[in-house]
Amino acid sequence: MHEHDVIVVGGGGAGLRAAIAASEEGADTAIVSKLHPVRSHTGAAEGGINAALREGDSWEDHAYDTMKGSDYLGDAPAIETLAQDAPEEVINLEHWGMPFSREDDGRVSQRPFGGLSFPRTTYAGAETGHHLLHTMYEQAVKHGIQVYDEWQVTELAVTDHEDPEDRKCHGVVAYDVKTGNIEGFKANRGVILATGGPGQVYDHTTNAVSNTGDGYAMAYRAGVPLEDMEFVQFHPTTLPSTGVLISEGVRGEGGVLYNADGERFMFEHGYANNEGELASRDVVSRAELTEVNEGRGVNDEYVYLDMRHLGEERILDRLENILHLAEDFEGVDGLVEPMPVKPGQHYEMGGIETDENGETCIEGLYAAGECACVSVHGSNRLGGNALPELIVFGKRAGQHAAGKDMKEAEITTGYTDECEPGEVDTPVAPGSIRQTSDDVAADGGALADPTAVVEQTVEHERERVQSFLEKDEGLQHAAIREDLQASMTENVNVFRNEDGLKTALEDIREARERYQDVYVDDPSRTFNTDLLHTIETRNLIDLAEAITLGALAREEFRGAHWRQEFQERRDDEWLKHTLLRWNDGDPELFYKPVILEGENKTYEPKVRSY
Amino acid sequence: MSTQVPETETETEAETESKPHQERRMAEKAERREAADRERLAREELEAADETVHLKVFRYDPEVEGKQEPRFDDFHVPYEKGMTVLDALMYARDHYDSSLTFRHSCRQAICGSDAMFVNGSQRLCCKTQLGELETPVRVEPLPHQEVVKDLVVDMQHFYDQMEAVEPYFQTNETPDGELEEQRQSRENREKIKMSTRCIWCGACMSSCNIAAGDNEYLGPAAINKAYRFYMDEREGEDLQEHRMRVLEQEHGVWRCQTQFSCTEVCPKDIPLTEHIQELKREAVKSNLKFW
Repeated sequence: MHEHDVIVVGGGGAGLRAAIAASEEGADTAIVSKLHPVRSHTGAAEGGINAALREGDSWEDHAYDTMKGSDYLGDAPAIETLAQDAPEEVINLEHWGMPFSREDDGRVSQRPFGGLSFPRTTYAGAETGHHLLHTMYEQAVKHGIQVYDEWQVTELAVTDHEDPEDRKCHGVVAYDVKTGNIEGFKANRGVILATGGPGQVYDHTTNAVSNTGDGYAMAYRAGVPLEDMEFVQFHPTTLPSTGVLISEGVRGEGGVLYNADGERFMFEHGYANNEGELASRDVVSRAELTEVNEGRGVNDEYVYLDMRHLGEERILDRLENILHLAEDFEGVDGLVEPMPVKPGQHYEMGGIETDENGETCIEGLYAAGECACVSVHGSNRLGGNALPELIVFGKRAGQHAAGKDMKEAEITTGYTDECEPGEVDTPVAPGSIRQTSDDVAADGGALADPTAVVEQTVEHERERVQSFLEKDEGLQHAAIREDLQASMTENVNVFRNEDGLKTALEDIREARERYQDVYVDDPSRTFNTDLLHTIETRNLIDLAEAITLGALAREEFRGAHWRQEFQERRDDEWLKHTLLRWNDGDPELFYKPVILEGENKTYEPKVRSY
Repeated sequence: MSTQVPETETETEAETESKPHQERRMAEKAERREAADRERLAREELEAADETVHLKVFRYDPEVEGKQEPRFDDFHVPYEKGMTVLDALMYARDHYDSSLTFRHSCRQAICGSDAMFVNGSQRLCCKTQLGELETPVRVEPLPHQEVVKDLVVDMQHFYDQMEAVEPYFQTNETPDGELEEQRQSRENREKIKMSTRCIWCGACMSSCNIAAGDNEYLGPAAINKAYRFYMDEREGEDLQEHRMRVLEQEHGVWRCQTQFSCTEVCPKDIPLTEHIQELKREAVKSNLKFW
């Protein structure tokens, strides 16, 4: 059994920042990741990092824009923390050598981004995430942080108290991809989940193939609620054939959108008369699909994003990476042709419920980055706000887990007096196949001894994996995954209605049933990616269910969540977060109010107009 | 082990399976309605496709009987315009043989995990269009690295070399004031720009004859990483000297024989050879200084 003070699961932006912070607090820290850290998907982020750095800008304005962008579903303490901490964190990155784009005076450049009242997006070309990831990995090397790369964490070692809020997390169990060994990792001070997004729930996504939401699923099954999962961000500019992202930076620099008739539809069809292409992402995504649905799309599928008029020099200086992506993955030269784009799944606004210090309702269990929901983004994330989220909340989680005295959190977690139960009318009893719902370490006995909790979980995971490998026949995960992705894309996409959501729930239920028969064809213990993907597929099923249940429950139109039957934002009833508890595999719905009271003011919900 | 093995072909394409154990497997699968449906769909797709692409894929697994002897497997994959080598590998894995093993993640040329040896050249599979390759397309693991299984090589040596050059920014001076940046000129940022694009895919190291013969040679990726910091005006002179000592060591820059193979294969177009040459010139200059 391995043993460290702090175990960080995931080696992307949030995980690295958490590990560095924990290490700086004096904790013996390790990163356990199914990839090598430099392979993490943070590297694919393009646009930039929002931070109020300059005169004329302020953290208050950043907070206001973020709250407005969230369509008033963000919690003020989380949003204000983000806006307050981001400048220091960005400068900190700069001090670590991050190669930001520069102004003539040598200071870091900033550019406009959708939904921002000030050009506060700092960036490094159109490859900001790559530089952020590598700069932080370099610092992790400098700190001598131990990295277990290509170790897939499969379950959390959590005690089995009846009430999730009484449970404690003592470590994780991971599977060494290189050898097939399954071993325990005991965390004396805390476990931080930083496993990134769940984009693979959909078949057209900007997310990496590895983004299978493992952290969400493990925390959920251990008893932590998932918050606001219905809010899935679809990015308006992805390449149609692959889902590869074309940064919002293109529109930030002045790129424009055209339909098949050559109309600049954001204005000409009145989707956003003020902001045009720089309206919030949900607005632009719906506009594009409406154009396609009304027959003004190109090839009935996409629209054009044009940056030719920006000129070669400016494109090469600020958007060079976009030229390469369009050329390599779509065969289009962005200097001479417009680029085809359509909306694609991009970001999960919801996630593991945490407070501003990154802690969940289970003692010793933290989450940060995309897999966490503080909640900063509410129902719609502004471009350029994901990267500051990683570093701000990654750092706080790392510090708290390492034992630093933090200010008490204003956001509460778990089921409290403020919460109200919810109900949702589903066509099937979701998740009620119990055989696969075994969550915590649990045998009703050895609760007190952390080592025993980890050991029991190891035993349990060894059995689970063994059973996949021993089965000689059955279904392969790829078929189940493919059908699940297709149903989610068909039914739980940008536009949603009750029938579609119910169909998706039936398909998810079917995926669960089929998963009972899953087997791993490859008998090898060496680098068995078949096994790896089989474990991931289970996580995708649980997440698809959480997203769809949340979407069915929320009977309003807010941010990225559009419902055919409910075309209004209903503040009187729905200024609240959707939470789902695992409850032995029968997801239990409840709500908690949104916190709109900030440090100096209360954010009054206003009509969003662009 | 080397990947240059004689080709003993085994047919694994769904249509033409011939080995007895595969027949048995097919029969078992046929019992499962859905699995059979899936096979049928794959076959129909293959038949309906206007074109197919023939891949010859290197296979090896130290643990599995029948795969311990390295071999090439043939896969025929339905082809659509725009398809990449990675797309074809994923199709083959998901529809014909789920044990086919390779690293991949972002499929947009930034995670650096799917560098392989395709038709005799180091390439990132995700950004290599099938349409531009001669068929059959030969896919092998990166040469000069130990093969773990199928197309997966052991990257540890590569990571060790990267770490050997102290791959992190070090500066003695951070500006006063909480929110003060260390200024960097646009020219200096431009100077280091290409060197910062490295995605650690290992293609350059695999293509380098010198690295193949000298296990201690830092290699193009690590030297490029050192270049990135050596040329950064924000690190002070003391550090430059320190970095030069690392670069000038016996297995450092002077080992490079300017063959340009690293530059040719780099999927991010980093002028690696040029960077190494520039550091050689710096080394000469710094030696002259001490004379």
